[in-house]
Amino acid sequence: MTIELANITKRFGAFAALDGVDLTVADGELLALLGPSGSGKTTLLRIIAGLDWPDGGTVAFDGENALARGAGERQVGFVFQHYALFRHMSVFENVAFGMRVQPRAIRKDEAGIHARVKELLDLVQLDWLADRYPGQLSGGQRQRIALARALATAPRILLLDEPFGALDAKVRKELRRWLRALHQEINVTSVFVTHDQEEALEVANRVVVMDKGRIEQVGTPGEIYDEPATAFVHGFIGESIVLPVNVAEGRVWIGDQPLNIAAPNVGGPSKLYVRRHDLRVGSESVGLRGAVRHVRAFGAIQRADIAVRTGGGETVIEIDTPRDQPLRAGETVELHPRRYRIFAD
Amino acid sequence: MTARAGRRDTLPGFGLTMGLTLTWLSIIILIPLAGLFLKTFELSLAEFVGIVTSRRTLNALKISFGLAFAAALVNLVMGGIVVWALVRYRFPGRRLFDAIVDIPFALPTAVAGIALTSLFARNGWLGAPLAELGIKVAFTPLGIFMAMVFIGIPFVVRTVQPVLIDLDPEIEEAAASLGADRWQTIRRVILPSLVPALLTGFALAFARAVGEYGSVIFIAGNLPNVSEIAPLLIVIRLAEFRYADATAIAVVMLVAAFLVILVVNRLQHWAQTRIPVH
Repeated sequence: MTIELANITKRFGAFAALDGVDLTVADGELLALLGPSGSGKTTLLRIIAGLDWPDGGTVAFDGENALARGAGERQVGFVFQHYALFRHMSVFENVAFGMRVQPRAIRKDEAGIHARVKELLDLVQLDWLADRYPGQLSGGQRQRIALARALATAPRILLLDEPFGALDAKVRKELRRWLRALHQEINVTSVFVTHDQEEALEVANRVVVMDKGRIEQVGTPGEIYDEPATAFVHGFIGESIVLPVNVAEGRVWIGDQPLNIAAPNVGGPSKLYVRRHDLRVGSESVGLRGAVRHVRAFGAIQRADIAVRTGGGETVIEIDTPRDQPLRAGETVELHPRRYRIFAD
Repeated sequence: MTARAGRRDTLPGFGLTMGLTLTWLSIIILIPLAGLFLKTFELSLAEFVGIVTSRRTLNALKISFGLAFAAALVNLVMGGIVVWALVRYRFPGRRLFDAIVDIPFALPTAVAGIALTSLFARNGWLGAPLAELGIKVAFTPLGIFMAMVFIGIPFVVRTVQPVLIDLDPEIEEAAASLGADRWQTIRRVILPSLVPALLTGFALAFARAVGEYGSVIFIAGNLPNVSEIAPLLIVIRLAEFRYADATAIAVVMLVAAFLVILVVNRLQHWAQTRIPVH
């Protein structure tokens, strides 16, 4: 099942939650919607599910207009951030719910429902919990039951809202790996929302980075990390060091010092973005230097605050270097950005 | 942590509050009730059985409990609908209606009784059209029932309201996305979540209606065996200085009411343990 979204807009009062979003999700894909809170990612997910309606734009499933159908008719499985399990029903009844409310004509008989619930509980490896109630389960177990419930009626699309948001770090890591494996097994087109970049990059086939109701970049995890398309993406993904620079006469200037690095096509005041681990100390001189202010050691690395003289004054950056190359407070060091990107202001 | 510190309660004041609780409940509830039971021992067993199985007593008890049960059932349904409208919809005058629900709590029961009587009397605003249909409300068991409905409704509304407000809207969205229509969502998801609160409201409305005196006696007509409630029969016996008779009826009422509330409590407990709180 492919999902095509075109020019989706959604406003809540004066706030534009989605501002002209175009996105195509390919069949069988595991896609992450990544962004800070308020970026519109959950609203987009709810619009795909039919839980919210856009003010403008179109939603199509396999070319068919999905907006003509309500949430219950879209054959979409939705996993809520806080699971939204039915607390008065056993795990078994929670998973069976989607089948029990089907129209009589297509509803399975009791034996069929039992078989399907058993199959799903086996799939999420929790068949031994069938008779428990949601209040007696751990967060990770609830999460998997919510997933089993969403899969019960064989949805064509699976949507997950912050699937691991409410779990502790260890369970989160396990479930991530498990979700990837599960997706390979059932291979249903899936979209999940997260604000955790690590989660998005580790789990998804493709990542959509959103900010302020717009899509900033769509790409594979590798593309998103190595070739951020915008300053926002570079700043949001991974740890970035940011230096104000000026691009003029085909060169990059920091303060009044020209840098010996290739200039981009942009001009005027810009920002130089470097990943922290891509900024080397003392290897080559490109004209970027700074004064060591303070050094701390952690295990194999030392972390240093370095003041770089920039246009208006100085910018203090934090870098990591190996311990075998000791830095001392007060000395001036050469800095060499191995990989970097420059975005115009 | 030392053993001594470990044995200290984290919540201070257990001894003090527990002592006060026991003393207070004894003074307010247990001692008067014990007095009631003691008084009945002035009667021999045969006399006691004779009093409580006399036709007039049995009819009074039947009227009180039967109508209180019926009124509580009606309040359960209507109160449920009222609370749904008050919580789920935004309409002009909502706050006013919300306040009106409390009136039966606050109104002196005699005032309520007189108001209901004049409303349902043969020449009253509602009594006149009903009389044309051949329905007599005032001075009949139906009047007693109306008074009991009146005083019971806030109990259901006020118990269910906070629970319905707290119900997570996500569970309704979950039901919808799983393909449930509106009616299936209400019947299978919302209503079962409200069952414990509805049962509590029912028990409170029932208990209040069984004990209700002031508003009922104005509208009841108080015909022995037809529209005479048990509390009134107790008052009549007191007026005749037949104290032991009065307490015998009272003891039966007390035990019966206790049993009904116990059953509802067990039901409620059963419904609640299926939804573990966390």
